[in-house]
Amino acid sequence: MNVARLDQLWVYLSGNPLLSLLLTLVAFALAVRINKALGGTPLLHPVMLAIALLIGSLLLLDMDYATYFEGAQFIHFLLGPATVALAIPLYDHRERVRRLLVPLLLACVTGIVTAVSSTLGLALLLGARHETLMSLAPRSVTSPIAMGIAEQIGGIPSLAAGLVLLTGAIGCALGPAIFRLLRIRDPAVQGFAMGLAAHGFGTAQSFARLGAVAGAFSGLAMGITGLMTAFLLPPLVNLLGLG
Amino acid sequence: MPLILGMSMLLACQMLGELLARGLAVPIPGPVIGMVILLVVLMVWGKVPNSLRASGEGLLRYLTLLFVPAGVGVMVHGALIGRDILPILATLFVSTALTLGVTAWVLSRLQGRLGKGGRQ
Repeated sequence: MNVARLDQLWVYLSGNPLLSLLLTLVAFALAVRINKALGGTPLLHPVMLAIALLIGSLLLLDMDYATYFEGAQFIHFLLGPATVALAIPLYDHRERVRRLLVPLLLACVTGIVTAVSSTLGLALLLGARHETLMSLAPRSVTSPIAMGIAEQIGGIPSLAAGLVLLTGAIGCALGPAIFRLLRIRDPAVQGFAMGLAAHGFGTAQSFARLGAVAGAFSGLAMGITGLMTAFLLPPLVNLLGLG
Repeated sequence: MPLILGMSMLLACQMLGELLARGLAVPIPGPVIGMVILLVVLMVWGKVPNSLRASGEGLLRYLTLLFVPAGVGVMVHGALIGRDILPILATLFVSTALTLGVTAWVLSRLQGRLGKGGRQ
C-alpha cells in the first residue's frame, strides 16, 4: 500500500479551496455557538469571534491571507448578490420609507457630518499621521466605497478597508447600549443608525437581532450613506485644507 | 429551479450595476447600483416574485457569514494599524458612538415631530 506523505497531503490541501471554505464555515458555526452560550452578548459579536478564530488558525497553520482568500472568495463573492437583495426588504417596506423620506435624508446628512467631523477632529487632536487621517475619514462607509474615497483623498486603501471593518465591529458592540441609553426602541430607527454608522456589519446585525424592518432600514442607510459620502467627502476635505 | 431563477435576477442586477459603475467611472460599488436597479424593477413590476424572494432572503439570512473572509483581512493591516493604534482606537470608539447616538436621536425626533411614522 502506498501512503502519501503528510507534507504532500498538506501541499494538496493548502492549494485547494476546500480547506479555507471548511475552516470559514466551522469557525462561523463555532462562533455562533460560543456567542449563544455567553447569552448573545454584543461585545463578542459572532463575526468578530469567527474572524479571531480564523486569524488564530491561519497563524497556527502558517497559511497567509492570500492563500486563505483564494478559497474563501467563494463566500466573499456572495456579498455582491446579497447587497442587491437588500432591495427586497426595502421594497416590502416602501410605504414607510416613502413617508419618512425627508427625516431619513436629514438624519443621514447629520449622521455623515457627525461621523466625518468627529473622526477628523479627534484623530487630528490625538496626532494621527496624515495618511492614517485620510484613511480614517471614510470609515463608516461600506468598504468598497471607502477604499475608493481613501485613494482619492490621499489615504491608504487597504488601511481604510481594515478601519472600516473595525468600525463595523465597534458599532455592533456599542449600538445596543447606546439605544438603551437614549431609550430608542423603534427597530426602524435602530436599524437606520446601525446602517449609517456601521455599514454592512450593522445591517447584518440588524437583520439577525432586530428583524426584517430594521434590516431594510439599515440597508437603506448603508446605501445612502455610501453614495452621499462618496460625493461629499472629497470636496469637504479640500475645503478643510487637509487634502 | 426557483433558486436558480432568483439568483440569476440578483446576478443580472449586480452585473448591470458593475457595468454602469465602470462605464461611468463613478466610485460607487456595482452591487449598490445593482440594489437601486432591482428596487426600480420591483417598483415597476409591483411585486416580488417568489423565486427572487427565496434566494434573496436566503442570502440575507446569512449576511453576517459573508463578511468573515474580508474581515480576516485585518491580519494584513496589523502593522499599519499598529503604528497609530491609540489615536485610531480612541477615534473609532468615540466617533462611532457619537454617530450612532446622533443619527438615532435625530431620526426619532424628526419622526415624532412629523407624527405619522412613529410607533409610540
